[in-house]
Amino acid sequence: MLMAEYAERRFGLGPKASLTLPSDPKRYLKRQLERYDPRPSVIAAAPSRETIARATSDYLEMLRANGVIGDAGDNRRNSNMRQDMTGAKGSNLNREVRKFFRTSARDFYSQAVTARITAATQSDNAFAERLVHFWANHFAVSIDKPIVLGFAGVHEFEAVRPHIMGRFADLLKAASLHPAMLIYLDQTQSIGPKSTAARIAKARRRNRQLGLNENLAREILELHSLGVRSGYDQNDVVQLAYALTGWTVSGLSRGRLAQRLNLDGNYGALAFAKPLHQPGSVTVMGRKYSQSGKAQSLAILDDLATHPSTARHIATKLACHFAADEPPSSLVARLEQDFLQTGGDLSSLYRTLIDSPETWQAQGKYTSPWNWAIAVNRMHPGKALPSRQLLNAMRMMGQQPWKPGSPAGFGDRQSDWLGPDTLLKRIDISHRIAAQIPSDTDVRQMARQLFPETLTAATAQELSRAESMKQAYAMLLVSPEFLRR
Amino acid sequence: MLQRRTFLAAGVIFTTVASFSGLTPTLAQSGGRRKLLFIIQRGAADGLAELAPIGDPHFSSLRGRLLEEAESGFALDDMFSLHPALTNIAALYRQGDAAFVHATASAYRNRSHFDGQNVLETGGAEPYAVKTGWLNRLTALLRAAQPSVPVPAVALSQDIPMALRGPAETSSFTPSRLPEPDSDFLERVERLYGDHPALAAALQTGNATREMAGDAKPVNPRDSKASGALMARLMSGADGADIAMVETSGWDLHANSPRRMRQVLSRLDGMVEGFRSGMGDSWRNTLVIIATEFGRSAAINGTNGTDHGTGGVMMLLGGTVRGGRVYSDWPGLSNSQLLDGRDLRPTIAQESAISGAIAAHFGLDSQRLQSELFAHVSGSRPYFGLVA
Repeated sequence: MLMAEYAERRFGLGPKASLTLPSDPKRYLKRQLERYDPRPSVIAAAPSRETIARATSDYLEMLRANGVIGDAGDNRRNSNMRQDMTGAKGSNLNREVRKFFRTSARDFYSQAVTARITAATQSDNAFAERLVHFWANHFAVSIDKPIVLGFAGVHEFEAVRPHIMGRFADLLKAASLHPAMLIYLDQTQSIGPKSTAARIAKARRRNRQLGLNENLAREILELHSLGVRSGYDQNDVVQLAYALTGWTVSGLSRGRLAQRLNLDGNYGALAFAKPLHQPGSVTVMGRKYSQSGKAQSLAILDDLATHPSTARHIATKLACHFAADEPPSSLVARLEQDFLQTGGDLSSLYRTLIDSPETWQAQGKYTSPWNWAIAVNRMHPGKALPSRQLLNAMRMMGQQPWKPGSPAGFGDRQSDWLGPDTLLKRIDISHRIAAQIPSDTDVRQMARQLFPETLTAATAQELSRAESMKQAYAMLLVSPEFLRR
Repeated sequence: MLQRRTFLAAGVIFTTVASFSGLTPTLAQSGGRRKLLFIIQRGAADGLAELAPIGDPHFSSLRGRLLEEAESGFALDDMFSLHPALTNIAALYRQGDAAFVHATASAYRNRSHFDGQNVLETGGAEPYAVKTGWLNRLTALLRAAQPSVPVPAVALSQDIPMALRGPAETSSFTPSRLPEPDSDFLERVERLYGDHPALAAALQTGNATREMAGDAKPVNPRDSKASGALMARLMSGADGADIAMVETSGWDLHANSPRRMRQVLSRLDGMVEGFRSGMGDSWRNTLVIIATEFGRSAAINGTNGTDHGTGGVMMLLGGTVRGGRVYSDWPGLSNSQLLDGRDLRPTIAQESAISGAIAAHFGLDSQRLQSELFAHVSGSRPYFGLVA
């Protein structure tokens, strides 16, 4: 019975109110891996990349027409820009354009958040959904950068969800080279200094510098694959950045450069523009890559995906997520071995995690704000909580979806979310949500059913002493049992 | 061309501070308790844009299109120009309440934000080598001597940032958008946590912090002035915190940086102004340290921004600062002078400047403070003279 509870909380997203606890927890979890649906209808119904990219393109075009930005999307120092800064003539129009975009992009964002919350809440394969959230956070994009606002959900739905049961190499290539990631980490503007485009620009003596941006390359090495302090250096970063030049997003710009590169249509599609690519071979982690065009970076990513440092990095992160902040080294080693032996077969990795005793024996971490809010929603009796309310709750607790504040994603340690402020926020939120349960809910019965082994006598007694069912429910949501996974 | 090597204020000014014998704050501090606010700039702020070395002969060729701001900024002397968005900080500089340390960096020499921030916040020589934050260790030191306050240190954030984590009790706070539950409910929750010390402690600290904040209203994250004012509120009064921290972000400007740099700097400037005016008379007992994990590449990159670098700027504001000057041992910007041929070479250790300033501010022995906060630089001499 204890393991059945852990299957729901430690591996999954918390029990549903209607749940019958599984009799064979390990088999139950493995079945979830097989039944996982990468594209449930609620996700499929979210706004498409093309729709979002078209709106973004319209917005950029309006800015361009008003002289706020130049051809390639960079700032142009002209009179309109200055007027905008000083609040003089012309600023109203620009403000309107920006407002229009913020409204529609925010709309795309909240629809995607609703889809994410609904999928997580309804799923009977919650372990698989937890893995989606884990990987989306590993390959984090953040709406801190306004232009990412509409695209963040698409990144998870298109680049992460279809690949979490396959090979890590495919997940890496899909997630690191997805249009949302290219936009977030400035790759769309990175151009090989010796590329055809840069040479032409130079020959025309246009006062514009076209060149390299290291951002995506660095984060691929540091965050997505090898992990920090794993032996790569600044030169590896630059060499990978050269190899990545050419990758860009189609249809965001309708300027002259985009037209010349044939990138002015096909809204929001991943594209490789050879004229932007740095020609010649590169050397990354001691290995030389002489391929031309996109084959070069794809070959590098394939090698990075199966590198021993990557195996160690992924094994450690996964163990930290499911077992403990300082995971048992035996568990990390077993996951690492599995990754190396299978060449990064993720399903195999998850099965090994299920079969490892360490995760079941661990004390169990306190839940993250996102996990906690979803667990609250899954258990909620009566009328479903509006996703706007849940989104606000997550914002209050500092874990708003796709807004981790950096490409490293949200912290995954208890100390990242067990501060006094977030605990009090959970208490405030519980108090509010408890007011929304049907008056005939028997909280004591619910607690016994969903936490048969872990519910302590002390908590059971406090619940039974509550002055009302609503108060008892609020207490259950912030009880030590419910806060742990 | 003649290479300027400016010693605008050398790190060799000894004050009486050095003679204090221990880590007990002196009672010589006049007119109330000393306050410290640490503002971290997450994402590697571009020191060469914040405080542009316009007098360096190589600067203009490195910065190309990013030059305009530097030219329209506040010329502090013929070497340095403060970014035009920093109007309030420029005013503080003129009245002697702001100083800058240029070409500074922590011991960290690689270019990962997250490792760099960990070093800046833990005070370790290597990322993740030290498990507690230096502000937490400072809190413990002051706690031992100061009259006790309910919450000695607080961050204006949901989580407690690394710099404040450790054995000393610290807190975090953001105003709630929901009505607070009644005290009966809170007492019941407290009983639920009877056997769970971590939860009980977090609840108790959280409640005490809320009491400090009173009826603080939710702050629009874009309204940095209001955040600054809220921070001042948490530090004011008999029960106010003596140590506080605010996190700022948006500094990682790899592309199209001028417009966004203006935005983030004017937000920072607004926060400082909101805080200064909120502190009222206590401003004269206050030190604000603004620091980032590392600087950015000296040259503009191919996308009108800059990449991760090394040396940068640290700002010191407040009534105890010996302001109106730039503290720098300027390393120069020629290719051979740049670190790895790309970054501003740090010539002043950030740890040394922080411990020198804090020691003087709180009247602590600087050598011993430095070994407590930044053990890996304990052999070196703290940087004196920043704070009177």
